[in-house]
Amino acid sequence: MRKNQVAVVGAAETTELGIIPNASQLQLHADAALNAIADAGLKLSDIDGFATAVETPQQVCHYLGIKPTWVDGTSVGGCSFMLHVRHAAAAIEAGLCKTVLITHAESGKSMIGKAPRSIPADSLQGQFEAPHGVYGPPSMFPIPVLRFMKTYGITHEQLASVAVVQREWAARNPRAMMKDPITVADVLNSRMIAYPFRLLQCCLVTDGGGALILTSADRARDFPRKPVYIMGTGESVETPMVSQMETFNSSRAFKTAGPLAFREAGIAHKDVDHLMIYDAFAHLPLFGLGDLGFMPYEETGKFIADGNTRPGAKLPLNTNGGGLSYMHSGMYGMYALQESVRQMRGIAPAQVANAKISVCHGVGGMFAASGTIVFTNER
Amino acid sequence: MAEPQRARPKPTPETQHFWDGTKAGELRLQRCDACAHVYFPPRPFCPSCASRKVSIFKASGKGFLYSYVINHRPAAPGFTPPYAIAVVELDEGPRMMSNIIDCPQTPEALALDMKLEVAFQQLDDKITLPVFRPAKG
Repeated sequence: MRKNQVAVVGAAETTELGIIPNASQLQLHADAALNAIADAGLKLSDIDGFATAVETPQQVCHYLGIKPTWVDGTSVGGCSFMLHVRHAAAAIEAGLCKTVLITHAESGKSMIGKAPRSIPADSLQGQFEAPHGVYGPPSMFPIPVLRFMKTYGITHEQLASVAVVQREWAARNPRAMMKDPITVADVLNSRMIAYPFRLLQCCLVTDGGGALILTSADRARDFPRKPVYIMGTGESVETPMVSQMETFNSSRAFKTAGPLAFREAGIAHKDVDHLMIYDAFAHLPLFGLGDLGFMPYEETGKFIADGNTRPGAKLPLNTNGGGLSYMHSGMYGMYALQESVRQMRGIAPAQVANAKISVCHGVGGMFAASGTIVFTNER
Repeated sequence: MAEPQRARPKPTPETQHFWDGTKAGELRLQRCDACAHVYFPPRPFCPSCASRKVSIFKASGKGFLYSYVINHRPAAPGFTPPYAIAVVELDEGPRMMSNIIDCPQTPEALALDMKLEVAFQQLDDKITLPVFRPAKG
């Protein structure tokens, strides 16, 4: 795909974030969509392309009253929205549609109008993982981390520092769920969830949603907001079973999607002003820094513990507070994209001065899928 | 009301041989007749070279502890926390999720790379699960 041919011209989250007891999941889709449409200065009838995950496109399109000629229901977990951005950019470039709306919403905490996730007993996961006591992401996602720590000499304190630094970012964000400062000792003394991870190393569980609107870069000039261009994109999947990853020393999906996006954008790591790495759990930024090629894996823990991703430091990472402190409805990728767009527009609560390139890296399932988007505000 | 039960696998035609094996006290893997790749979970073709000529064989049951978590909460139905959810790398190459028995469920006792051997835990008259214990000697 050619770079900077498609732009984000509308972006918004749901009016409320956190605990939303008065709206169904479907209504949260609509709330986010209507906010994004208003942000772009469009009408619903201007939307001719639509993408969403978990809910079907027909469900959300009918509820909103959208009549699309292009749809994408790719649903690979929390990075689905990165894949939607990639697919939408390709579709707009190919002339299949002009204006794409991507929505995410999840009543992750209140569970209103949301089907509980279940694992069929005759699926491979149901036969070869569930009988051994996995029960939700906290019991599955951290399974690789002890091997990763041993291979690369990562310490428990370094993994705790991920949560500490992200809380520093969250403290600057009025919409963040958790804003009180924490220390490494606080993290290591918080309630044990699944050794080696404790409560403060696990994502929040909240309600919310977000939506993006994309159109061609040529049209983007006529919109009210500063366009944010899609500079590079990548995607991949590996396995729905965390036990079957090729290795626990890296993620194949990350290592495929990330470098694809960098190559397409034609950028080097030193060009990255702002970075989002989907942090469902505290080890993901370490995998991301290594798999995206920012540094050798051995250095990732020390890099964060030494403060290199803090406010004011050289590589601002997860500047909204991340899934650990900002919000995590279950499929956090949309919120990472929203923060990248805010940073490129120059309107983020914890704005990185003069940021021109933002890399947004997502995960789906337990390292099952990945999508990476490189944004820029210069064409 | 009955106690909530541990998740029970429901075999499919492609996996039946594996569950027949555990019931008979064997850990069965598959090997590609064309390229010799050994793989898991079961399927009637080779995920490395796509050959449909594959054989089922009895694995050694030996391996080592590749990684794990010790789950505290929320606990799965039928489990008393804390309990380890382990990934075992078999001597033949494939890895599988399992549990570690005859071993304290603590970080001190559960040393990565410790040698393990398969054991079998009968759930009911249809399903026996493969679990692992520290290898003797």
